[in-house]
Amino acid sequence: MAEYKWPEAEKRKYIGKRISRVDGPLKVSGKAKYAYDINRPGMLHGKILHSPYANAKIVSIDTSAAEKMPGVRVVKLVQGPGTTVQWAGDEIAIAVAADEQTATDAIRAIKVEYERLPHVVNDEKLEAVPAANKRTTQEFVQGEPDKAFAEADVTVEGYYGNAIITHCCLESHGQVVEWTDANNVLIHPSTQAVSSISNDLAKALEIPAGNVELKMDFIGGGFGSKFQIDRWGTECGKVSKMAEGKPIKIMLERDAELTIAGSRPSIYAKVKVGAKKDGTLVAWQSEGWGTGGVAGMGAPPLPYMLRTASGIPNIKANFSSVSTNTAPSRAWRAPIHPQVAVITMGALEDLAAALKMDPIEFLKKNINLFAPRAEIYSQELDKAMELSNWKANWRPRGAGAPGSTKTVKRGLGVSMHTWGGGGHASNCDVTIHPDGSVDLKSGTQDLGVGTITVLNIVVAETMGLPMEAVKIFIGSNRYPASGSSGGSTTIGGISGSSRRGAVDALNQLFAKVAPTLGVKPEELEAVDGKIRVIASPSKSMTWKEACAKLGSQPITVRGVNRAGDRELSSSGVGGVQIADVSVDTETGIVKMNNFYAVQDCGLVMDLKTAESQVFGAMIMGVTYSLYEERIMDNNTGRVLNPNMEFYKLAGAMDIGNMKVHMMTGKGYDERGPVGLGEPPTNSPGAAISNAVANAIGVRVPTVPLTPDKVLAALAGKKGGQSNAKI
Amino acid sequence: MQKFEYASPTTIQQAVALLGNQWGEAEVLAGGTDLLALMKDYVVSPKRLVNIKDIKELKGITMTASGLRLGALVTFEEILDNAQIKRNYPAIWQAVSGVTSPQIRNMGTAGGDLCQRPRCWYYRAGYGLLAKDEKGNALVPNGDNRYHAIFGNEGDAKFVNPSSLAPALISLMAKIKVAGPKGSREIAADKFFVAPKSDTEREYALAPNEIVTDILIPSASGVKSATYEVRQREVLDWPLATASVALKLDGKTVKSAKITLGHVSPVPVDSEAAAQALVGKTINEETAEAAGAAAVANAKALSRNGYKIQLAKVAVKRAILQAAG
Repeated sequence: MAEYKWPEAEKRKYIGKRISRVDGPLKVSGKAKYAYDINRPGMLHGKILHSPYANAKIVSIDTSAAEKMPGVRVVKLVQGPGTTVQWAGDEIAIAVAADEQTATDAIRAIKVEYERLPHVVNDEKLEAVPAANKRTTQEFVQGEPDKAFAEADVTVEGYYGNAIITHCCLESHGQVVEWTDANNVLIHPSTQAVSSISNDLAKALEIPAGNVELKMDFIGGGFGSKFQIDRWGTECGKVSKMAEGKPIKIMLERDAELTIAGSRPSIYAKVKVGAKKDGTLVAWQSEGWGTGGVAGMGAPPLPYMLRTASGIPNIKANFSSVSTNTAPSRAWRAPIHPQVAVITMGALEDLAAALKMDPIEFLKKNINLFAPRAEIYSQELDKAMELSNWKANWRPRGAGAPGSTKTVKRGLGVSMHTWGGGGHASNCDVTIHPDGSVDLKSGTQDLGVGTITVLNIVVAETMGLPMEAVKIFIGSNRYPASGSSGGSTTIGGISGSSRRGAVDALNQLFAKVAPTLGVKPEELEAVDGKIRVIASPSKSMTWKEACAKLGSQPITVRGVNRAGDRELSSSGVGGVQIADVSVDTETGIVKMNNFYAVQDCGLVMDLKTAESQVFGAMIMGVTYSLYEERIMDNNTGRVLNPNMEFYKLAGAMDIGNMKVHMMTGKGYDERGPVGLGEPPTNSPGAAISNAVANAIGVRVPTVPLTPDKVLAALAGKKGGQSNAKI
Repeated sequence: MQKFEYASPTTIQQAVALLGNQWGEAEVLAGGTDLLALMKDYVVSPKRLVNIKDIKELKGITMTASGLRLGALVTFEEILDNAQIKRNYPAIWQAVSGVTSPQIRNMGTAGGDLCQRPRCWYYRAGYGLLAKDEKGNALVPNGDNRYHAIFGNEGDAKFVNPSSLAPALISLMAKIKVAGPKGSREIAADKFFVAPKSDTEREYALAPNEIVTDILIPSASGVKSATYEVRQREVLDWPLATASVALKLDGKTVKSAKITLGHVSPVPVDSEAAAQALVGKTINEETAEAAGAAAVANAKALSRNGYKIQLAKVAVKRAILQAAG
């Protein structure tokens, strides 16, 4: 009888092995179809008119000229006169036409009169933000911080922060929606939530949830920005109805994508940290602020990882939320973690430098403060030191690592991070057909994490079948509901549901064939395409022969993983990253030499896609550390760089050499799979910022570490200025 | 983009006859790497597009004892693939190699590089070449000017000249040959670019019905040249500052120098001061540094582009050292 628990290492045929993404060939050959590629018969195109102003009251809208244009089918207001738009890019109206250009001409012909109101779009200079836009969201105290600072042997003060970045999905947000009849709707979206956004669309269109069918084979990036149906999604359904149900495609233009479709909050902080002479961390104090748009933002956990009962004993952490006239932030791959890592790990590195300690030695000295993952971090720090040849390459701050020249300084920096990542609620149906074929259906999605591949691995592993004997169907809300892909919950969730479904289906098959083999079902196992008796492996039948016993009726079994279920997966991981950079001190340009990641995610389901996911996170990390920034203009209230020209991303030659090591074996495997999407994205900013500080001998306060800031930090160093006062 | 008429002439005379007497009526299409994006963003909306890619006379690279001729339609990739240019005119070859996108290299042309429009984000967002809001307030001085001019920014134009080739061409004393309805004329490369005083003017010395036909570079025999671009990324990225130098040496002593800065001013800056700082000197780290300092002595930062002064200085220093080998 097959069991749910994951097979032991020596019995695993696919789990934890290096298996190529099964949908890779479709993607590289262009055969994979994304929402953007969907072209339905008779399809019309919708274009959105966005507000040019960051804060303005709509006085009047005249759509008459647009409506009269030949080829225009629908002109619909999204927000009418009297409404106040609170960020540039907010949706005002939609025009639908037979082709994109006519729809564009139509929205350009709409005349809107605005009454402009004052706006605030930048928050780094907190003193320049009006009082009405600021509120305190956190006044946290633990222990006796004032006393602890008074008794500390060494304290350092610094200013650290993160500019706002966007999600910048390669495939912009959008969808194709059509009414297949008077009551039923079909949507092809680009979404991280296949099983849930159809319900939001149904609600908006006032039809039963079951009347919306959703199909999505592939998604071109989400990173936390595609959980909602979004107003452009519901409006797409409404204008389709107005156009006799014709399919309508609305995809955001690149400028809108970068302006309104998701951003990561800024977080800045003035920090003071104190330690004893031997490096023991005793006190933390921070005055932070940041914005997530009009609504401001909540209270981030500072210090990162260390604000626990077993963390830094004495903490004072205040935070101010700033409201700005910018589009609302969205969850960004490890919400808040990368920003608080930059602040926390930056301050700790500065403290280690003041103590004249190797930062890894400093972290190890304080490793127990990082409970409950102290042991994992210890092992990972050792591994990362080995990969980076830390002892040979690291030099004290400003001394210049080997290879430094008069102008180009090399430095190494380290950071640690954590994340939860327990599996989400997931359902799937596993079917064994009488002809021996096997399939799995689940309303999940593959954001690129390898969902399809891992489902395939679990079913094939469980049934003792080759990978290609199993077919995986996902991306439809008509399949059993599965959680949205966010918070690194997918692999944990779908592994659990598919394992249970496959085990239960297999046990039903065992029950069918046991009499033929003359044993009880629990005496059987499925190995190498055979069903055989465990105690006497020569007594067997082929998988095909076994399935033929089913007669005409296939076996279909529902596999379930409940949210919070910790039988097959768990939550909580640790990771360590080391960055090795070179800084041109004459130009302020930072180049990546090497970047090392050591990552834990419990039981690795597919080593190759796991490593790929970490590589992806590291590349994203290099990009937000060195280049990415949403630049807001105080004059116009608009995003100045809503394009791929000045919204800078790293290219292949900018990322340096990368090495990933996944922690496996005892202490890891028995925890079952844990999500991996977010964790490795958390440390790059801190590790790279620390490497730059190590190279040039001074902290560059905020990411991205652009040449202007690096040069300013170097100039400040010459002038003997301190980083910040609290 | 707005609808337009598309003309595809096969001779220069036909092409110029198809261009109007007013800027904006018609636009010249070569590689289209800039123009099509401008049209899609409604920054320019010509009534007519004159495609010059079918004009054979505008193609080809010729090198003779008297110099190098680049047809206006020569692509960046053709320049990169030309070993003679690499050997004899390294300043040009290095400038082109800074454009790291294979797509742009394959499509972008030498003539188009000279005539492309500024990358100023206010201009590209529809606030006009001189970047003013509805009330006529200048947006650059109080706005985000991190990529704007550090020289020649006293007037209304505060963008930087975007040409990759211009600094090298000016340093090598090239001439730009242009054709109009009345025939051809040659413009010295350092006179080709102008700072516009109104939104209806252009940044180059062409008449609305003239096109660039040839780039003529005198023989570089005995000239040591180089271009150094300060770019943040290896992937396609605009330089933050560029310097091209052309040096003539007498033994180890600099006999003459021509040093031009790009991406720092509405027109490339031909720095006589930097050249003078070098003449009569032997090239080393110190003299190159001094020339860099001389080059930026009169630079004037806007509110947040002071760092570009340092970058321009470094670009000059490194271009000199690179040229001297």
